[in-house]
Amino acid sequence: MPDLPPLIDAQLFERGADGRPSLLAGRERDTGRVVFPLPDDPERFETITLPRTGSLWSWTVQRFRPKSPPYAGSEAFEPYAVGYVALGDMIIVEGRLTGAALDSYRIDMPMMLVTEPFVMADGETRTTFAFAPIGNDAR
Amino acid sequence: MSDVFIIGAGIHPFGRTPARSGLQQGVYAVRQALAGAGLEWRDMQFAFGGSDAAGKADTMVSELGLTGIQFINVANGCATGGSAMFGAYSTIKSGEFDLGIAIGFDKHPRGAFDPKPAEWGLPEWYGETGLMLTTQFFAMKIQRYMAMHGITSNSLAAVAEKAFDNGVLADHAWRREPVDRETILNATMVSDPLTKFMFCSPAEGAVALIFASERRARELGLPAVRLRAAAVRSRPPGSFEVFAPALDIARGSSPTVIASRAAYEMAGVSPEDIDVAQLQDTETGAEIMHMAENGFCADGEQEAWIAEGRTRIQGSLPVNTDGGCLACGEPIGASGLRQVYENYRQLTGNAGARQVPGAPRLGYSHVYGAPGVSAVAILER
Repeated sequence: MPDLPPLIDAQLFERGADGRPSLLAGRERDTGRVVFPLPDDPERFETITLPRTGSLWSWTVQRFRPKSPPYAGSEAFEPYAVGYVALGDMIIVEGRLTGAALDSYRIDMPMMLVTEPFVMADGETRTTFAFAPIGNDAR
Repeated sequence: MSDVFIIGAGIHPFGRTPARSGLQQGVYAVRQALAGAGLEWRDMQFAFGGSDAAGKADTMVSELGLTGIQFINVANGCATGGSAMFGAYSTIKSGEFDLGIAIGFDKHPRGAFDPKPAEWGLPEWYGETGLMLTTQFFAMKIQRYMAMHGITSNSLAAVAEKAFDNGVLADHAWRREPVDRETILNATMVSDPLTKFMFCSPAEGAVALIFASERRARELGLPAVRLRAAAVRSRPPGSFEVFAPALDIARGSSPTVIASRAAYEMAGVSPEDIDVAQLQDTETGAEIMHMAENGFCADGEQEAWIAEGRTRIQGSLPVNTDGGCLACGEPIGASGLRQVYENYRQLTGNAGARQVPGAPRLGYSHVYGAPGVSAVAILER
């Protein structure tokens, strides 16, 4: 499986034997409620991995460069899509969207989790997660 | 227990005033409110005041007078003004004091807000990778709402068009030029489906409201409106809020829905009774969704309401008669009190060119903000 640039956060996801990522989340031991990102509280939360596929719940396009901080991306700005994806019947996760034209996303579109390179302002690349359309919806 | 009345109101024009600090704008609003009511600062027994980004309210005593007043600073994000008002309401209602003031002011730099992840209990990557923007939240909430309930972009634009038309008529508004619907729709897209004319901007401004008990209001003989309800509520499970890396699959209601219900119950009135409403319009979709969340119509009915002009000043339920946040901008600490100021002017018949016809009796105001808080007030003439 290919090496990736360092993860932007070590607690964000893990990669299976096939190299594909799964987001890490917490399941509250008392209530069964699933939360993302994984809280640093193993007594209260059991670590679980989230389904890799789901459907697009909502979306938009970030068309101006966010203020830094907190934004850590490079000065050269390209608009990007963001959305919420319902992963099975577990949780709805927000992330960047990739793999399709900015105005081609549609609610209920089938989506899958992918890794995505993210270039920081200092030129270093980190690996984050994103969601991409599955099958015919992909570009 | 006393009923609570608003007997005076002052405002510093919203927008940009480079020559005055946020605190100075607050002092301006206080002086205007006092002058209008024929009262002195030393008559005030208590004050609640706050800003989100423009300093500590209680320092304005050095301008207004060192009377030893009980002055409580309020810092509650977007609900700062609403919380100051709730403080004043409770103080009078309890009988502790019978005359006091609530003040909200702010002054923000240009452009979108730039929150820090750690201050919101969020990991750094959420901000670093460009997910921590209020504009994204508002866009994604209305994007889904449009798909679920058949709201069109034309209605988004109609709400902005109305806001700018009303702003032309409001002395305290920031944007006082009409903008037509085509221009709004074809303007630069900020966060799909919202163009730049569909978002409000951070701004500056200040509002002061004078509160009195029923007995004191009668003695003073000033134009007075009764505060029938004041409710501040935080978020219930399953609500969709700003800065959420994930949402529960089981969807719930919203802080607005529960604050609204609480306020109607306190006031003993229902949505059909309301004559004029000021609803949080951070962007045009928010006004549309808040019409339903505050009980004025069912989800999806806004499309017909807007097409028929029902929320315009001459309509059956005028909404955001001073142009709301879209025309006035959003100085966080002052924004919620501006809505109450506007209802006070409307109910006392002093709203000038934007006066709602037919002598409105009940005014409703609703402010919403991060991380999921809503404040609702109902005023009665």
